[in-house]
Amino acid sequence: MEHIIFYCLAAILLFAATMVVTVRNPVRAALFLILAFFTSAGVWLLLEAEFLALTLVLVYVGAVMVLFLFVVMMLDIDLAPLQEGFTKYLPLGMFVAALITIEMIAVLGANHFGLDIVPSPSPHPADYSNTKEIGLLLYTVYVYPFEIASVILTVAIVAAITLTLRQKNSKSQDISQQVKVRREDRVRIVKMQSSPRKTKEQGEQL
Amino acid sequence: MIDWIVSTPVVFTILKIVAIIVPLMLAVAYLTYAERKIIGYIQVRIGPNRVGPWGLLQPIADGLKLALKEVIFPAKSNLYLFLVAPVLAIGPALAAWAVMPFDATMTLANIDAGLLYILAITSMGVYGIVIAGWASNSRYAFLGALRSAAQVVSYEIAMGFALVGVLVAAGSLNLGQIVLGQQGGFWHWYWLPLLPLFVVYFISGVAETNRAPFDVSEGESEIVAGFHVEYSGMAFAVFFLAEYADMILISMLASVMFMGGWLSPFQGIPGLESLFSWVPGIVWLLLKTSFFLFLYLWFRATFPRYRYDQIMRLGWKVFIPVTLVWLIVVATAQVMDIGPWFSEPASHNSVALMEGTD
Repeated sequence: MEHIIFYCLAAILLFAATMVVTVRNPVRAALFLILAFFTSAGVWLLLEAEFLALTLVLVYVGAVMVLFLFVVMMLDIDLAPLQEGFTKYLPLGMFVAALITIEMIAVLGANHFGLDIVPSPSPHPADYSNTKEIGLLLYTVYVYPFEIASVILTVAIVAAITLTLRQKNSKSQDISQQVKVRREDRVRIVKMQSSPRKTKEQGEQL
Repeated sequence: MIDWIVSTPVVFTILKIVAIIVPLMLAVAYLTYAERKIIGYIQVRIGPNRVGPWGLLQPIADGLKLALKEVIFPAKSNLYLFLVAPVLAIGPALAAWAVMPFDATMTLANIDAGLLYILAITSMGVYGIVIAGWASNSRYAFLGALRSAAQVVSYEIAMGFALVGVLVAAGSLNLGQIVLGQQGGFWHWYWLPLLPLFVVYFISGVAETNRAPFDVSEGESEIVAGFHVEYSGMAFAVFFLAEYADMILISMLASVMFMGGWLSPFQGIPGLESLFSWVPGIVWLLLKTSFFLFLYLWFRATFPRYRYDQIMRLGWKVFIPVTLVWLIVVATAQVMDIGPWFSEPASHNSVALMEGTD
């Protein structure tokens, strides 16, 4: 049963990943990427890594890809010019692809991740809590890498916000000023001397 | 027959799912009726009263009307995505109910990371709206989709932090454990020690479900009907179902996490506790949920729609700092064993942590 589910998920994952790079419409590509994330979360669930699987859905599917889709949808993409440079960039693309493939073979090959080095995990009892295990590891053994990673992310957030604050003449509104406003600040009532009304007789004379 | 059903997990699970979905759909139908009646009375009107006694058959009539209407496909729309969008909206709205603890033993899937599952699944609901807006090939729909995407992502952070406070206080991600952590009557429920988080959670929940006063994604006065302006008939009805199912979900989650879930409010009060001990837990849960649903309707009848920049300001500059500060307060109280709420479970947790570090 587990094998059937795994191969179903793997097939969907490979299909979605292929579609991400081959489909022409960028919005569809982003949607296929979401499908790929979601199915890989399913594969992780089969590994009893439910915390990582749910975090993948929460962070990547729930937040990152929404913003991705947000940006991609706003682009008005004319498809023809995108295909023009295909032959021109083909050698460079092939080179990068070959480089990545070699790197992945070197790192992810059987020497490092073979069954004799990383044996298949034995199934855990029902009361095993993956969340608790990750929490204990993260805050004891890996506490320094964890803290350093969070500091780097915070720096990135601050830097990104600083970039948006560069222009000083932005039309940002001060809510407290808007709330404090009184009628006298907005409306000026001018008292004017009204001219005496013309009577009917005067009008006829003119 | 019954033995066969119970012994076949697939059939039994499907029956349980039906036992959740069917009452949920009925609740959605009568929530629309309650909404029209309550807002009617708030505005000194009578509300629907023509179809059936007191208008009770009005939701059935509305559903029938929507089912019989033609589904119109806009020209040059992306037909496939146009049809997938309502499904993507209602799928997460129903899937999240899988981990809901209706009673001490009444849960479809009692998983360890239930809270995380709820957050992950509900965060996917926004795709239905975004894809609907884009696939409709309409400017109003697209504007609604963009507004909704930005708003939901912003409020999800505040909502997530509020839930982190709950899990710090309960020491568990399991929704049943969170309810059991609140045992001891009304004053022991998390709404009091986590009051700022409770308020932030519920208001973020209103924003997440795109309800008034945060309903800018379908603001009638600005963008006609927002993301579902091009939808008609059953396709529109599915969006409608998803929105109301989400409202019920948020209300029930608020009662599970801050109002003691299925626990009786009279726990610990000498005379009343035994007097009401025959009431099944699910009744308390449903009563608490109804209270939050009433708040939804009350909000809608009371507040004018927020301006878009005010929504963003409230989410990012008010709610997130408030939750961050209160998270520190809760964590400190938990570690220092500050009573009356955090004295007992905290000692339990620190023991567990000590064992882990050895």
